Amino acid sequence: MILARIVGTVVATRKDPRLVSNKLLVARPMDPHGKAEGNYLVAVDTVDAGVGETVLIVSGSSARMASGMKDCPVDAAIVGIVDSIDVAAGD
Amino acid sequence: MQLAKVIGDVVVTRKDDALHGIKLMVLQPLAPDGSAVGRTLVAVDAVGAGVGETVFFVRGKEASFPFYPAEVPTDAGIVGIVDEVDVP
Repeated sequence: MILARIVGTVVATRKDPRLVSNKLLVARPMDPHGKAEGNYLVAVDTVDAGVGETVLIVSGSSARMASGMKDCPVDAAIVGIVDSIDVAAGD
Repeated sequence: MQLAKVIGDVVVTRKDDALHGIKLMVLQPLAPDGSAVGRTLVAVDAVGAGVGETVFFVRGKEASFPFYPAEVPTDAGIVGIVDEVDVP
C-alpha cells in the first residue's frame, strides 16, 4: 500500500456501470515524511476521504477486495484515512 | 518476496472494516547488503514485527492470505522476521 495526499476529484458521467456511484479522487503519492513522489493516480474512494487528506491506497487486484469493490474494474482504492505516521529517527 | 526494514508505523482510524485490528507498518525495501533500494511502502503485519526489525514481505493479493478467510484489502504484507541474511 502507498501513502498519498488527495489533491482533487474526478467527475465521469460515461463509465463502466460497475463504477456508477463510486467517488473517484486524484491522489499524489508521497513518502512517510510527506514529500511527493511518483505519478498522480485516480483511485476509487471507499472511506469518504476528501481533498487535502492523507490516505492509504491499495493497488492492483487487491483494490477489488476493498469494501464494495468486488468485481469492479479498479486498480487503486483508498482504504484508510491516515491520522499519523511515525517514522524512526534517521529513516 | 522482498527484504525490508520496518522504519515506522501508521495510525489509521477511519479505514476499511476488514483492516480493523491489523497493524500497518512503513517499510523500506532493502538489498541483501542492507542498503535501501526503492520507495517506501505501507504493509500489513501478519507476524508481529516491530520498528527497526528486518523482515520479508510479499506483494500483491497474496499479502491478504495470512488473514484468510478474511478478505483484507492489501497489496503488501509482512510474512516473516529475518534473523540473518548470508550472501557470500
